[in-house]
This record gives sequence, C-alpha cells and structure tokens, in this order.
Amino acid sequence: MTLTLQNLLPAAPEMFLLTMITLLLVIDVSLPERYRALTYQMAQATLVGVAVLVLMFYPEQQVLRFHDTFVNDALAAVLKLAIVLVTFFVFAYSKPYLQDRNLFKGEYFILGLMAVLGMLVLVSAHSLLTVYLGLELLSLSLYAMVGLHRESITASEAAMKYFVLGALASGMLLYGMSLFYGATGTLDLAEIARYLAGGTGSDGMIVQEFAGTRPVLILGLVFILVGIAFKLGAAPFHMWVPDVYHGAPTAVTLFIGSAPKIAAFAMLMRLLVDGLAGLDSDWTQILVILAIASMAIGNIIAIAQDNLKRMLAYSTIAHSGFLFLGIIAGTQAGFAASMFYVIVYALMAAGGFGMIIVLSRTGVEADRLDDFKGLNERSPWYAFLMLILMLSMAGVPPFLGFWAKWSVLREVVNADMIWLAVVAVCFAIIGLFYYLRVVRMMYFDAPLNQARIQAPAGMRVMISTNALAILALGVYPSALMAVCIAVMQ
Amino acid sequence: MQNIYLSIVLAPLAAAIIAGLFGKVIGRSGAHWVTIMGVALSTVLATFVFQQVIVEDAPVYDAALYTWGIVDGIRFEIGFRIDELSATMMLVVSFVSLMVHIYTVGYMHDDPGYQRFFSYISLFTFGMLMLVMANNFLQLFFGWEMVGLVSYLLIGFWFDRESAIQANLKAFLVNRVGDFGFLLGIAAVLMYFDTLHYATVFAAAPEKANTVIQIWPGLDWSLMSVICILLFIGAMGKSAQVPLHVWLPDSMEGPTPISALIHAATMVTAGIFMVARMSPLYELSETALSVIIVIGAITAFFMGLLGIVQNDIKRVVAYSTLSQLGYMTVALGASAYAAGMFHLVTHAFFKALLFLAAGSVIIAMHHDQDIRNMGGLRKYLPITWMTSLIGSLALIGFPGFSGFFSKDAIIEAVHHSHLPGSEFAYICVLGGVFVTAFYSFRMYFLVFHGKERMDEHTREHLHETPAVVTVPLMLLAMPSVIIGWPYVESVLFGGYFGESITVLPAHDVLGEMGKGFHSVPGFVAHGLMAAPFWLAMSGVALAWFFYLKRPDIPEAISRWFRILHRLLLNNYGFDILYQRLFAGGTRGMGSALWRFGDIGFIDGLVVNGSARTVERFSAIARHMQSGLLYHYAFVMIIGVLLLLFVFGSGLRELALGLLG
Repeated sequence: MTLTLQNLLPAAPEMFLLTMITLLLVIDVSLPERYRALTYQMAQATLVGVAVLVLMFYPEQQVLRFHDTFVNDALAAVLKLAIVLVTFFVFAYSKPYLQDRNLFKGEYFILGLMAVLGMLVLVSAHSLLTVYLGLELLSLSLYAMVGLHRESITASEAAMKYFVLGALASGMLLYGMSLFYGATGTLDLAEIARYLAGGTGSDGMIVQEFAGTRPVLILGLVFILVGIAFKLGAAPFHMWVPDVYHGAPTAVTLFIGSAPKIAAFAMLMRLLVDGLAGLDSDWTQILVILAIASMAIGNIIAIAQDNLKRMLAYSTIAHSGFLFLGIIAGTQAGFAASMFYVIVYALMAAGGFGMIIVLSRTGVEADRLDDFKGLNERSPWYAFLMLILMLSMAGVPPFLGFWAKWSVLREVVNADMIWLAVVAVCFAIIGLFYYLRVVRMMYFDAPLNQARIQAPAGMRVMISTNALAILALGVYPSALMAVCIAVMQ
Repeated sequence: MQNIYLSIVLAPLAAAIIAGLFGKVIGRSGAHWVTIMGVALSTVLATFVFQQVIVEDAPVYDAALYTWGIVDGIRFEIGFRIDELSATMMLVVSFVSLMVHIYTVGYMHDDPGYQRFFSYISLFTFGMLMLVMANNFLQLFFGWEMVGLVSYLLIGFWFDRESAIQANLKAFLVNRVGDFGFLLGIAAVLMYFDTLHYATVFAAAPEKANTVIQIWPGLDWSLMSVICILLFIGAMGKSAQVPLHVWLPDSMEGPTPISALIHAATMVTAGIFMVARMSPLYELSETALSVIIVIGAITAFFMGLLGIVQNDIKRVVAYSTLSQLGYMTVALGASAYAAGMFHLVTHAFFKALLFLAAGSVIIAMHHDQDIRNMGGLRKYLPITWMTSLIGSLALIGFPGFSGFFSKDAIIEAVHHSHLPGSEFAYICVLGGVFVTAFYSFRMYFLVFHGKERMDEHTREHLHETPAVVTVPLMLLAMPSVIIGWPYVESVLFGGYFGESITVLPAHDVLGEMGKGFHSVPGFVAHGLMAAPFWLAMSGVALAWFFYLKRPDIPEAISRWFRILHRLLLNNYGFDILYQRLFAGGTRGMGSALWRFGDIGFIDGLVVNGSARTVERFSAIARHMQSGLLYHYAFVMIIGVLLLLFVFGSGLRELALGLLG
C-alpha cells in the first residue's frame, strides 16, 4: 500500500484530530491565562470537525487500511459519532467546574482529545496491535486526567491506583494477545477469525489442527477478557471504579464514566465478535459469570453508598453487566441491543455527573446524596431533569433506559436464556431502590441548604437537552435502535 | 329492516344519554319527554316488527351489523337475530317499559334524582333490547351485564339509604356468582364450537350431543350437560332461582317502577328467555333439563310459601315473582319452552300491573308499605282496586284470565313430562297454585277490604292517584285479561314460535297435550273442572276466611308454629347462611390472607425480608472496598485464577501435556 491521499482518507478524522491536538498544544502554551477559553472553544470545534469528517467518510462498506490494521465500517463510524457527541457534552459540562476550581487549564482538553483519539483508534482497530495502541493511548490520557488536580490528595491517590491496576490489566491483556499470536501466528483479527473457523492461516496453509492449540487459546481468551472487563469496570475487575470515580475531579469522572465505555464496547466487539467468534461458546460462558457478578456487586453495594459519585460508580458496574447480556445472546440483534445500551448509558452517565456539576459551587462538591435533598424546592426544573436521569438509569418506562434494558433482556430471552433474564430483572429491581432513593430525597425531604443554584446559561441548555433527549428518545426509541440494528448487519 | 332494528335499540340509548348527561339542561319535563319519546318509538317499531314476524310470517333476520374484532378466526360482532322469540320479547319489553316510563312521571314526581332515574330506565331498555335481539353469545353477555349494571344502579337509586346500598351490593354479588357460571358456559361454547354465533352453534350442536369431556382426569362429563348447566347457573342468578334467589326480595329497596320493570316483568325473565333461546342445546341434555325442572319446582313452591308471612306489600309481590319465575323454569325443564315463554309474557303484564298497583297504593298511603296499616282502600282507590283484582285473578290463574292459560299449560306439561324429577315438580306446581291464591288474596283482602287500619291523617288524604299512574294500570290490565284468548292456541300448540324454539320429539309434551286440545272455550271449560282451579279457589276462600272473617286464626297459627313462622320470615335461613358462610368466610379468609399472607409473608418476609437481606449484604460487601491498592490487585488476580479454574479444563490438559 502506498501513502496516497485516497488511501489515507478513511483515517481522516483521526489524522485531523491528531493535527489539532498538536496545534492546540503549541497554542495553549503560548496563550495568556485570560484567553484560556480559546483552548476550550478550539477543542469543541475540533470535536465538531471530527464528527463532520466521520460523516463525510461514512463507509458504504468495510474499508481496510494500513496493512489491514485499521478498519472503517458502519460500526466504527456510528460509535465514533457517539463518542464525539458525548465528549462534546462532557467538555461543556466540565468548563464551569474547572473554572471554579482553578483547574481550567489546557491540559484537561488536550488530554481529553488525546483520549478521544485513543478511543477512535480502538474503535477502528483491526489488529491486536491497534487495539492495544488505542487502549494505551486512551488509558494513559485518563491516568493523567485523574491526577490533574495535583494539590488534591484523593485525586492523586485515585490516579495512582488507577495507573497501577490499569497497568496490571494492560499486562494481562497483552499477555493474552501474545498467546494468540503464538498460537495463530498473526495479529490480524480477521486472520485470527479465519484460523479459529478452520480456514487458512497467514502463511496460506490450511489449518487442520486447531484443537491442539485450544488450551492456549482459552488461556489467552481469559486474559483478553480480563483486559476488557477492567476497562468496562465489570466485576471482579471493578475495584478501581469506585475509588477513581470518587477521587477524581468530577469533570474527569464525568469523562471517564461516559465516552470510554463506548470505546470499551467497541473493543469488546472487535476482539470477541470480529476476532474470536470461533471461541464464542467459551467467552459466552465467561461473560455470563462476569455479567451476573457485575449486576450483583454493582446493584447491591450501590445501596450502601452515601456519595452520589460512588453510587454512580457502582451503577456503572451494574450497567456493564447488563451490557454483556446482549453480547451473550450472540446474535446480531443482541449486539445491536448492547450497542444501543452502551450509547444510552453514556448519555445517561454524562447527564448524571453533569447534574453533580450543576449543583456544585466554588469550593463545594455536591456529590453527597444529602446534597440532593429537597432539590425540588430549590429548583423544580433541575429536580425534574434528575428525575428523568435516575428513572432512566433504573429502567423505568417510558425513559430511554427502559428500552435499553428491555432490548438486551429481549435478546437474552430470544436466546433461550430465560433464567439469565430473570436474574438480571431481579438485580434491576434491587437497583431501582437506590435510584428511587435519590428521587425520594429530591421530592420529599427538606433541603439542607437553600443556596441558589447558579449555572451558566450554556450549561443549563446542555443539561436540559441531555435529559430531555433521554425522555424524547424514550418515547420514540426506534430511530436509534434502527441505527444500531443497521450497523450490525 | 336493519335501520328499524337499529332504531329500536338506539332510540332508548340516545334518550338515556341525553337525560343522563344533559339532565340539568333539559330539566325535569325535558328528561321524561325525551325518554318517553325514545321508548315510544321503540314500542311502535317493535309492534311493527311483531306484526311483520308473527302475523305476516317474515323470514328470520340474522345478520351482523358491526364486527368489533376478529381474534384467531373468531368473530366478535354486534348483530341481530329477529325471529318469533325475539320479536315477542321486544314488544313485551318496550311496551312494559313505556308503561313504566309514563307511570314514573307520577311516582317519582318529587324525587330530586328525577332525570337520573329516567336515564337509567331508558338505558335499561336499551340493554334489555340488546339482550333479546342478540344473534351471538357475546352480545347476549353484553346485554346481560348491562341490565345487571342498571339493576344495581336502580336498586341503590336512593343511595343515601343504608338498606338500599346493602341490597344493591347483595344483588350485584349474587349475580356475580351466576354470571361466573354463565361466562364459563359461554367459554365452553367458544372452546368447543369455535364461534359465538347462535345459528352456527345450534347447527353444530347435534353432532356434539355425545361428546364427552374430562374436566378432572378420569371423570367423564357430557359436553352438552356441562354447557347447559353452566349457562343455567347464569339464568339462576338473573332469574332468581333457588339458591341464588336471595337478592330479589331485597331489590325491592329500589323505587317501585323499577320493581315492576326490572325485577318483575323483564330483566328477571332474561334467564327464562335465554334458556328458551338455547333450546337447541338444552334439548340435547336431559340431565340439564332435570336440573332445571327440579330447581324451578323448588322455587315455585317454597318461595310462594314465603309470600304468606310477608307484611310489606312489595315483598309479597316480590316473593310472588320468585314463585312465578319458578313456574317458568319448570316449563323450560319440561321442554315446554313455549308455555314458559307464554307465562313470561302474561306474567310480564299482570305482574307489572300488580307492582304498579302496589306502587299506586304506596303513593296513596304516603309511602307506607305495611299491609297491616291498610284495609278498605277499595272506596278510595277504585281504579287501583279494580286493576289489582284483575292482576290477582290473572296471577292465581282464574279461568279466562291470561295467567290461567299459561299456568295451566305449564302444569299440564309437567304432568306429561317423563323426565326424572318431573313428578316432584308436578306436586310442587300443584301445591304452588294453592299457595299463590292464598297469599295473593291475603294481600288483596288486607289492602282493599276489611277494617281501615291506617291513622286518621293518612285516611283524610286518601284519594285516587293521578292519571299518569292509573292510565298505565288500565293499559296493563287489558292484556292481563285478554292476551290469553287469541294466542293460547298458536303459542302452545301451533307454530307461533316457528323455528326459534327446538323441541325433540321425545320431549314434546305440548304436542301430546295438543291432541286433547279442541278449542279455547273448551280449554277454559276444562280448566273449570280441573284440580288447579279448585286448589286456587280454596286458597282464595281460605284467605277470605282467615283475614276477613277470623283474623285471630292466622295469629294463633303463627304463635303455635312459632319455629316454622320464623323459618319462613328468615327466608329458610338462606340469608343467614350466606352472610355467615360466604360473606363472613370470605372476609375471614381475606383478613387471614392479609394478616398472614400479605403483612406477614409478602410484606414481612419477601419484600422487607429480602430488602433487609440485600441491605445487610450490601453493608458487609462495601467493606471489600478497603481502599488498599494491594487488596484491589489481589481481587483481580483471584478473579483471573477463578476464571482460569472454571474454564481451564483444556488448560489442565495443556499442563499435563507439558509435563508428560
């Protein structure tokens, strides 16, 4: 392959993003403090530009580039759009928070964009190497972002924990990948898939003896799944999630909790469905265990939390369990349901953490549940938005979260795993408790303080749009669902 | 014709809606005018249909007007079947309803719920017409429930009275029991015939006559018997047959026009009509017919006995209604459907008459209903007196009056029947004749003859009731006298009902009787010599002797047979039994379930218990999150090892392979 423009175009969003990041780095350094908002505006403009490029080069069919290590297909394009959209909201929510805390530096946005680049690469990965490259780019950016607030001890502690555990998980993932490389002799996901399907290997020879390498492959599979589970925060690889979510500045938590989940889903799809489809009977069983453990731990421990960020952290764990359900079903409709779920989840998480930012004031974090007491008296509108977000996360009709849960459960039932659906519903009911507790506090308890809620107009519009979109899409979910189904075909 | 049929049902409905929703706008006179005009239109059109179908012998009309839905190939439709049976019922229903509408203008004159009342009775007329005109079970059920609902609303019309609320609740609950059977019957029809359309079911029925089903494994049931008995349970509720009769006497809490229209003339006969309509099914099950004849006989005789001890004028008539419904049921059981229907029609006229006359007396007595306070009213209420006498004579079956023809036919039919239980029924209906005459004339003598026992104030204000009351009385008195003469021959022995009623040759008691029938005057003359006549006469004579000549005797008897008297006063203990066993038992069960099941088990153990368990587990599990990095890493490693252990069956092979 030669480096002609035509050949590079499918990766245009990534290249544009990288260029802009480099440019921003230079500009930001030379920018006086009072013009810092320019960095923010350029970052947002960059995201818009990426979205435009993704749409411009929306692939009619699968396009492979860079020696088949990079893929652009409908799945990649849609997930990239979702990532960019969610990040756009996240940046918007973060700005006032960072300004209040003297954290409004270029680093947040530059690291954020870098993480986005990692996610885009991950989404377009077509080789184990690209997967790893994207993942590390994402992770390293996130580690740094968690530690952004250098004076905060909890933030530093969180960054440290995240980094060490993340390194451990990366090591395991890399180990799993190396086992696959050893067994199959290739890093290309399509090649691996062919190998597992009993097709031809990379050297063109017909692979007969797949059974002999099976134990190695299973070993590798377990390690790869550990990497994925860590990224999604699935139990028992979830220990970092509450501490990091809690310790990191809320703006960073907001970022970690939303867009990277979509990227992690992409990683799951690329590795398991594109690459290791031949081992589906094995990874399905592992995912069942991870899913049940996640739903159980997430939903049950969330009940005991009195900090909203920690509660949402456990809620994330529970949601990743639900996310697995569609993959477990193992059908295209199931994958579509999971994709729907992850996009919906990212929107809800952005809104949920956004609400914490709305309520926070200079020097005060509004991340305790008590801070939400009597919100209805202080601001009926915000209480209503939070009501939408909580009920949607709990999976109450007609909000969007209900359709997400419903579609994955339907696929599980269609796959004749009714028992799993029953278990999932039981945990969803347990989960209902802590979401409804927030609602009860907002509407039935007396407020602890009467401070006015001040949020910039842009922030108000964004958070309202976010929550109302969840309501509107909940009433009319078929459009988004149709996109997910179309992508999977 | 279709538009005529539609107008017949829709005119009362429209009137009911106008009077009900816009009662304030149109005012009191507006309400009675619009409803009377609606029902009058129905009556005129029903007369026209009657003339077409009965006199000119028009072909049977059976068509669907509207398909509500098609589910799994089963059509749910609104449709009419207009044949001799429904045409007769339509005329009776609309005519009696019209009379009651007019009468109500006088009876409810000062009632604050005037418009509401007219709305209800028009709505009732709509429901009843839908019921009788139906060509399928679904619409039958719709009409059935509709009239039940209106009956409930009207019994509790004076909803500020505790007793009225009790009575309408009772009527509703008892009818629920019947309706449950009815609904099961319809479900059975649907299950085995895959259609709800009458004609299709009737056509397919003979093929299924010998079908046997197993409701419990190892126990064979005849399909036809199951369906027929279930449907008859519905009829027992609506037509107040023992043991589901307890609601009817209490329904007298409603205004008197309602007692006449719904609880005597029309609604309570819906069960009789339904069984006659289903004659093609009932003919196939002798078991069901036997059940019917025995239930009917018990009702006819034993409910009549209760009429003797009542002192409330309306309750006497109510028990008389129960007894007469028993007669109709007996006729159905004997396969003399035509005789049952004939009695239904004559009874509708004379019983509506008797009720409205009782109402007229009540108006004159300033709403005092106790016959012990009456007496000698003949002088003050001449028209009421005359019409009451006519009604009573018709009721006891005095030869020549309408009731004579129908009742005599029933007694004869039972005599000719060979079904198991028909001999018992024959004794009951014969005894019933005496009882009927006795209680009817007990009431008649106590009200219109003898000493004037009311207080001075009431006596001073006694006068004949207004024309809106007396005109319906006179209009109803006419058919009560004459209706038997022109129709007895064709109804009983001719082809009056044509194809609308099916009787198997083996059950054709009326046909057998027809051999001995020569002319109507001969029938009457024969009646004068037969046992029923003399039984009735001795009942009248005894009533005269007891209540006019020697009033001390009945008192003495009630003292001597104190226990028996109390038993009759208490309705044989049915009310007490139901109150204690069913009402009390259900409440007890509900309370027990609530206390142990709901609060103890579901709330306590399942809901709160599981919540507590989760909470406790959650409180423990949060300590896993120690905050220590090496704990977290350890958990991850444990997780990996667990997964490897669970899925590593191949790995063990690998390890073995490496070693060996």
